Amino acid sequence: MTFHEAFRVAWRGLRANRLRSLLTMLGIMIGVAAVILLIALGNGTSARLNQQIASLGTNLIGVFQSRGNVAASGRNQPLTDKDVKALQTASEAPRILSVTPVKQASAVLNFQNSPWRTSIAGSTQDYLAAFHRTMARGSFFADSDVHTSARVVVLGDKPVQKLFGGVRAGALGQKIRIGRQTFQVVGVLEPNGLNDDIAVMPISAARNYLVGGDDDVDQIVVEATSQAAVPATMAKVTRVMLDRHSITNLSQKDFEVHSNLELLKQYTQVTDVFTLFLVAIAAISLLVGGIGVMNIMLVTVTERTREIGIRKAVGARRRAILKQFLIESVVLAGIGGIVGVLVGVGLSLLGATIGASVGQFAPPQLSTGSVVLAFTVSLCIGLFFGAYPANRAARLRPIDALRYE
Amino acid sequence: MIQLDSISKVYRTGDSEVRALDEVDLAVAAGELVAIMGPSGSGKSTMMNILGCLDAPSSGRYLLGGTDVSRLDDDDLADIRNQRIGFVFQAYNLLARTSALANVELPLLYAKDRSRTRRALAALDEVGLSDRAHHLPNELSGGQQQRVAIARALVTEPTMLLADEPTGNLDSSASAEIAQLLVRLSEAGRTVVLITHEAEIAACAKRIVRLRDGRIVGDTAGDTAGDTAGDTAAPENRSGAEAG
Repeated sequence: MTFHEAFRVAWRGLRANRLRSLLTMLGIMIGVAAVILLIALGNGTSARLNQQIASLGTNLIGVFQSRGNVAASGRNQPLTDKDVKALQTASEAPRILSVTPVKQASAVLNFQNSPWRTSIAGSTQDYLAAFHRTMARGSFFADSDVHTSARVVVLGDKPVQKLFGGVRAGALGQKIRIGRQTFQVVGVLEPNGLNDDIAVMPISAARNYLVGGDDDVDQIVVEATSQAAVPATMAKVTRVMLDRHSITNLSQKDFEVHSNLELLKQYTQVTDVFTLFLVAIAAISLLVGGIGVMNIMLVTVTERTREIGIRKAVGARRRAILKQFLIESVVLAGIGGIVGVLVGVGLSLLGATIGASVGQFAPPQLSTGSVVLAFTVSLCIGLFFGAYPANRAARLRPIDALRYE
Repeated sequence: MIQLDSISKVYRTGDSEVRALDEVDLAVAAGELVAIMGPSGSGKSTMMNILGCLDAPSSGRYLLGGTDVSRLDDDDLADIRNQRIGFVFQAYNLLARTSALANVELPLLYAKDRSRTRRALAALDEVGLSDRAHHLPNELSGGQQQRVAIARALVTEPTMLLADEPTGNLDSSASAEIAQLLVRLSEAGRTVVLITHEAEIAACAKRIVRLRDGRIVGDTAGDTAGDTAGDTAAPENRSGAEAG
């Protein structure tokens, strides 16, 4: 019996029980479609996240105060302007572009009796470069404003929404109250989707009017010349800081150095696990579909015991019977797989179209690999779950099979 | 053609042992029409299974057309059934929803034969059903279905046609028709072994072998007379020439 003939016999078998075959295919179809769609969703989310983190700047290094380690003195030294100075001096080393201190606070902004509490960042004119931000309107404050503790502020998108109803041009030049002082809005930041509920002012103004006059800072952002220079720059920053804080024992290091690149890697890991998790769920539904195939094939073999007996009586070898039922289960799973691919691809494309118009939702990204994988797996399921029933059919003794009612 | 040398078949169920066939010797020459008769439990079915290579004997030797088939494995037995044995069953055993022609082609499907349709049509012609080739089994009468089954048995030009109660499900006129067909085939030189409990069907055989309790208790010439060994092979005999 050639493959073509075996296929025809199998096809006739499937057509004899159309509804049953369709329902079994449905099980595989749902599994395959789910695998394709969920991989696409995972990829889309991952890509969106990577893009957002990359937009933060992958050449940036942050220095923070340590949470866990305790210095030998028992008192952790805060990060101060002196640290910033030391790093800026070291920045003669060609890998460092800028060193930016940030002092954080929280305060209520008020304009014409519409208050809004937001995060305050006191920083220098390098803030834009250090956080990969761009201006939507106006201009950022200048070096001179930092020296004079000028009461000027640059607003993020959220405060503009809340205070000025989203009219950026309307915000520009307005005087708003922050704490007990009046500040002039000199610019509006372009939103980046991550840190838009913010107001940025000169670090000196933040210290003088909002958080007190110490010279300590919460964060120092070091801008490396490129992503490739990040590891070397991190080492350099660590050396300078260890030196500044007179630390020899690394377990007593009272500061931490992180890069966005690390963050990117961490997030990539998280999204990979997330995608894997989704795919595992989809794989379970494929497995259930496979069990459905096996179930139906066992029923089919039992129902057609007599037919098997006849075929064996007229000279079908074991392999011929095995082939017939294996092809039947593979065709069953394969057609389910093809329809599943069509549905999965269709839903992913639909999702991508909708996702492009709905901002919050990361559009699914189809990958050829997932389509090929899902279809191949469906064929393998047909083979794997069909093997036992087909083998059972092949092993039937002709006298028993012929006598079966 | 067919030779059984002290064939025994023993079934064991728990401690008890049933000797369904007990040292049976039987020789059937080419072109013979032999009826095997016996009451139920006499070993007829076991005889049929062993003659048909559907089951292996517990001991003894079975030569079919010169080949010892008593020690072959499943796949070799499948080939023997395909090439040398044509089965006719009481319940016809045609594949449902499959045309008469496709049913007759079935053995050729497993024989890797390229000229299936031509040979199947020839076999249908031989049983006088070439005009029903594309009918489904449920569109045919019982007698016609059995003739399709006979065509299927003939299509590979087997050494032996093995008919197990071929008229058991048929009315008397259809039975007579089938009996006549078997006689005609035998006269054309085919070896036919007919297993039946109906005396009038057995009567058309030239030789009747009677079984009881797994042993042969009688081996006589049938009512239609004529010496058993006498009219074996007619000159135009196809299967005889093949086996010779």
